[in-house]
Amino acid sequence: MSTKNTARMRRWAPGLILLAPSLIVLGVFVYGLIGWTAKLSLTDEHDALGSKGFVGLQNFIDLFTEDINGRFVHSLKNLLVFTAVFMLGALLLGLLWAFLLERGVRGEGFFRAVYLFPMAVSFVASGVVWRWLMNSGTGDQAGGLNRIFHDLHLGFLENPWWTDPDWGMAAMALPAIWQLSGYVMALFLSGFRGIPAELREAAAMDGATGYQLYRHVIFPQLTPTALSALIILGHMSMKMFDLIMSVSGAQWITEVPAVYVWQTLLTSDYAKAAAISMILLLLVAVVIIPYLIYNNRVERRS
Amino acid sequence: MRVKTRALVTAAGLALALMASGCGADDGDGGTSGSGNKKVEVFTWWADGGEKAGLDGLVAQFKTDCSQYEFVNGAVAGGAGSNAKQVLASRLQQSDPPDTFQAHAGAELTDYIKAGQIEDLSAQYKEWGLSSAFPKGLVDSLTVGGKIYSVPANIHRANVLWANKTVLANAGITAPAKTMPEFFTQLDTLKAKGIATPLALGKDWTQQMLFEAVLISRLGPDKFNGLWSGKTDWAGADVTDAINDYKKLLTYSNKDRDTFDWTDAEKLLMEGKAAFQLMGDWEAADLDAKNFKDYSYSVFPGNGDAYQWLADSFVLPKGAKNPEGTKCWLKTLGSAAGQKAFNVKKGSIPARTDSVATDYPAYQQAAIADWAKGTPVPSCPHGSACSQGWQGAVGSAQGKFSSDGDVASLQKALVAAAKQFAGK
Repeated sequence: MSTKNTARMRRWAPGLILLAPSLIVLGVFVYGLIGWTAKLSLTDEHDALGSKGFVGLQNFIDLFTEDINGRFVHSLKNLLVFTAVFMLGALLLGLLWAFLLERGVRGEGFFRAVYLFPMAVSFVASGVVWRWLMNSGTGDQAGGLNRIFHDLHLGFLENPWWTDPDWGMAAMALPAIWQLSGYVMALFLSGFRGIPAELREAAAMDGATGYQLYRHVIFPQLTPTALSALIILGHMSMKMFDLIMSVSGAQWITEVPAVYVWQTLLTSDYAKAAAISMILLLLVAVVIIPYLIYNNRVERRS
Repeated sequence: MRVKTRALVTAAGLALALMASGCGADDGDGGTSGSGNKKVEVFTWWADGGEKAGLDGLVAQFKTDCSQYEFVNGAVAGGAGSNAKQVLASRLQQSDPPDTFQAHAGAELTDYIKAGQIEDLSAQYKEWGLSSAFPKGLVDSLTVGGKIYSVPANIHRANVLWANKTVLANAGITAPAKTMPEFFTQLDTLKAKGIATPLALGKDWTQQMLFEAVLISRLGPDKFNGLWSGKTDWAGADVTDAINDYKKLLTYSNKDRDTFDWTDAEKLLMEGKAAFQLMGDWEAADLDAKNFKDYSYSVFPGNGDAYQWLADSFVLPKGAKNPEGTKCWLKTLGSAAGQKAFNVKKGSIPARTDSVATDYPAYQQAAIADWAKGTPVPSCPHGSACSQGWQGAVGSAQGKFSSDGDVASLQKALVAAAKQFAGK
């Protein structure tokens, strides 16, 4: 019995010991703090005075019903527009570029680097540049892109960019698309390259046209790649903060939940900030968890 | 077996080291003020520019008046004070307060007062003769439940209308407008002369300032003060009128205002693309620093003698390690010599009414005269009228109004904000 135990110990103990420091640190600083935030979101700690007790889910209900001007719902709407435009734009552009490179272009390495490079820039740095590019002045006061349109006599293209009350968030997604399309392209390119040549040859033997080859052979094989891209873009989009802060700063027109958390913290409303953070965490979890389950299944199968 | 033991010890040691470094990180500079009772740690966000110069002037005075104590600079830079406020909040929660800290005088202090984090200074006000040195209106604003908790270092004025003299002269405008209708006429004249957006405006808090100036014109100082104390109804018809006036004013302002900081709006004024800008009187120091001389200033049309003030003040935190040293700092700060040393350099005016105006530059001389005879009214975006939470809610509603111009929705939001935050 004891030898059996020792043997079992010998098998998993060293691994556990090596993992222990990171497990402890993760446990305290990630999961511990998530737990602490969850607890805070159920209290009435609305100022620096501290908490008087638990209020259940009241903070969450207030966010949807009592928030002045429906501010929280407004921030969710902004996030929805941003996420939809960002994901669609980055996926389509990335797929297009990968497709073009895959068809064989001279100097592929050069174009790959050019497209991928924006990802190396931080959101803060590109945000500052796009803030200038997307200057909302028109006519004689135009700057940035509007100035270019103006000088090219394409005045009808001048627009208020992110300051548009309804579609401003779509403009806000432009820098994000610019930045991450190259990454999506790299994902798809490796997806294309991962398809065995035999499949293409077999399709050619069967007399498939170019369109049929892509429609029925290549694209179906890219589904896992597309899914990964969707998840990665999706969770980045949900947490978007730095880009918006550097393009517009914190303000009503472009407020998303992450920015709202920050604004709320600055007024020392800890319980409300925690409640918004928890909703944000749930939103990201809705995107991430199915992916993790799916991945686990795929790995177990192979 | 021995190998395993060693691995275990290493892993445990590593874990401990990580834990220790994690926990130790926030101790920071908390220890500096604890080592003896001669040091006075002064916590501010004055780290550069005119603010730093003002602080240095004050410190020089402190060294003469309180030579038995040693000044320790606890400045936290960045974010116009928002970084410092976060650091301060966590230090107060850990019962590790600095010996004194900077805060906007007025309603912004209520959180600290309610939490019992700062001490009553009423006795010191009597002892040092501050109750009579500061104007009565200011002392009333500082008084919470019959007690006074802070000593103001300076006074800024928020409701000042700055103008580009050449642009005004070209449009034949010679005297500042006294009422809102006159102001609208001037703006129309300027528009007709080809100045498309005669009123330069920036984002969030700059819009709050302009709106408050309009409110003062419509309601008068007393009813305006009542908005913050709960005596005036935000749902009233006069507030609706003010919102409509403000909406009309926005039509004269630059459309890209939500992308502008106050300095960007200031640039429109300097370049002659706009004629007017409402801004606090720190603009005088800024225009002087930028070597722009062609400006004039007047009180916002219709504000009369209302002096919309905001002030930086210092407090005595509960549990300060050197309360006697802090009191010496506060006494210096409130004295005529201390206020002069600070304000000549910072570009603001002393809160005391007995200061000698000729010690100051031209704009400040005029402001000192107005301060002595004006009616003090507070400002929400600058913390003298409302708490930080109230300020945030109004700022958000104002931002929405800037994009959709919905009068009813702005008023509804203002009423809701007052209901949520007033008296808290």
